[in-house]
Amino acid sequence: MAPQGPDRAAGRGRAEGAEPVTTAAVKVPTFDCRKAFAEELIALAREDDRIVAVCNDSVGSSNLTGFRDEFPDRLINVGIAEQDLVGVGAGLANGGMIPFVSAASPFLTGRALEQIKADVAYSRAKVVLCGQSPGMAYGELGPTHHSIEDLSWMRAVADLPIVVPADPAQTRAAVRWAAANDGPSFLRIGRHPVPAVHPEGTEFVPGKAIRLTDGDDLAVVATGTMVSRALEAAEILRAEGIGLRVLNVAYVEPLDTDAVLQAASGTRGVITAEEATTTGGLGAAVATLLAENAPTRMRILGIHREFAPTGSTDFLLDHFGLSTAGIVAAARELA
Amino acid sequence: MSTLTADPVPAGAYNSARRERAAADPASLVPALQELARKVRTSDIRMINRAQLGHIGGDFSVTDILATLYGAVLSVDPLDPAAPERDRFILSKGHSAGALYSTLAHCGFFPLSELNTFAQPLSALNGHPNRVKVPGVETNTGPLGHGFPVAVGHALAAKLQGSSRRTFVVMGDGELQEGSNWEAAMTASHYALENLTAVVDRNRLQQGARTEDTKQLEPLADKWAAFGFEVRTVDGHDITQLLQAFSGSTTGKPVAVIADTIKGKGVSFIEDRVEWHHKVPTAQQVEDALKELNQ
Repeated sequence: MAPQGPDRAAGRGRAEGAEPVTTAAVKVPTFDCRKAFAEELIALAREDDRIVAVCNDSVGSSNLTGFRDEFPDRLINVGIAEQDLVGVGAGLANGGMIPFVSAASPFLTGRALEQIKADVAYSRAKVVLCGQSPGMAYGELGPTHHSIEDLSWMRAVADLPIVVPADPAQTRAAVRWAAANDGPSFLRIGRHPVPAVHPEGTEFVPGKAIRLTDGDDLAVVATGTMVSRALEAAEILRAEGIGLRVLNVAYVEPLDTDAVLQAASGTRGVITAEEATTTGGLGAAVATLLAENAPTRMRILGIHREFAPTGSTDFLLDHFGLSTAGIVAAARELA
Repeated sequence: MSTLTADPVPAGAYNSARRERAAADPASLVPALQELARKVRTSDIRMINRAQLGHIGGDFSVTDILATLYGAVLSVDPLDPAAPERDRFILSKGHSAGALYSTLAHCGFFPLSELNTFAQPLSALNGHPNRVKVPGVETNTGPLGHGFPVAVGHALAAKLQGSSRRTFVVMGDGELQEGSNWEAAMTASHYALENLTAVVDRNRLQQGARTEDTKQLEPLADKWAAFGFEVRTVDGHDITQLLQAFSGSTTGKPVAVIADTIKGKGVSFIEDRVEWHHKVPTAQQVEDALKELNQ
């Protein structure tokens, strides 16, 4: 068992003991971001014949059946072979294509990490790495299929932007951005259902964090699945008189340092929230920035170097305090 | 993109010679290619001695292959190294960077004088090749088992675009112990990449011992054939045989060329000795080697 220090019990890790939280909000519709990913990729492929999808037998799990039906020649399936998958993607990019290399995130980033480093990032090959079903989206399938290490691993690689969209609209914008970007990128495409968190007409500016609520007491810097939970937490805390500023940081790398520094200087504390191990992801990026430039009280929510027990994705998110209750508990400590 | 640029005089000479060679009888090309290989080895051993670093054994086993490809087979232009329709060449055994740099410099991709900077601080000529810095390099290699999958991607791109350009990749034999190569072989075969030639520098030595004593590769030709390749086994130091081996596929399958080579070829005291994988020659050894190379 991992040690259970006071910090962890106090909400840095699991939120056991935190009061269950219910919100007044009506149940809102939720979405699998892979669908938006696939639809946008097909739309792009209609406009640009350089777009190809490359997968590792993951036509179904990457939601690429529609792409394959419409562009059978532009769906390259290398079979169950992730090292080959990423190398082939780099070669396609060198040959003038725009490859979206798509696989379940644990296998894409873990099995082919050296190819991502050497063939893609170091070679500056314009490959769009699409890590599907990241975090603990595979729930009961267990830690072999969870991808909580990917943000740490990808952040350790130079010259590789990392984008974690929070909802379908941002997923579409990320796909468009990656296709136009001059260089490689890693997109983390969520499977676990999330609500739409951006108001109609939100402008997605590449590299920029999006401030979703105002609040001058505390800030939560969240990414991916955690953004909607942060919004729910802000609503609960408002009733308690705590103003929580919610910042959606989809561009984990390079980080929007201005937005994070403003959040730190404009509030009394910063909470980070990500569905990932805390060794090197968003929380680590924010902590490093703030430690060097604006020391700030922080709570870093994520998974603290621990393999998950058996359970559904929602159970595991709650278990590790990656829940509305977990964010509320962390905020109450900092407030 | 690269930080080095072509040397116009040798690059121009290389281009006109390449045009002449395209129309020539292959047999007539052999003396010029042998001379290119001699120059490459000469520059390489001096470069390694100067840098006190390098992989002379594998450099000299692959030199005749590189000289044949760059001298007579590849359609590449040092004055326009990123031309979209160029043939693609990947040196998957990236530790033989010295042989590649020396070949590229003699073909005019960058000035020969740059070889003096090999492995020096901030040089473009790193111990392993970098496409961002060195014109003519297609992908950054060094970790083994990477070049072949990337070459498969190159060849797939050409096919998708209806282009007749060709892709060549050179692998070390020890490198074939990496499983990623066999993943790539299956993909090349599945997609019938007849525009792809995979060359194995079969010098039978790897860093620590003979390949067959480390992890057996034989029956190597049978392995490639079983993976769906048209297999050609040749003497990797016989330029006439190499020229034939690098001709296009006759079966619609991708081609595997097993080039039987001698590690350290050309210098008697280096040839076929495991310790010369990355041993650095002394000044006296360089002098002795140059006498042999210039005979």
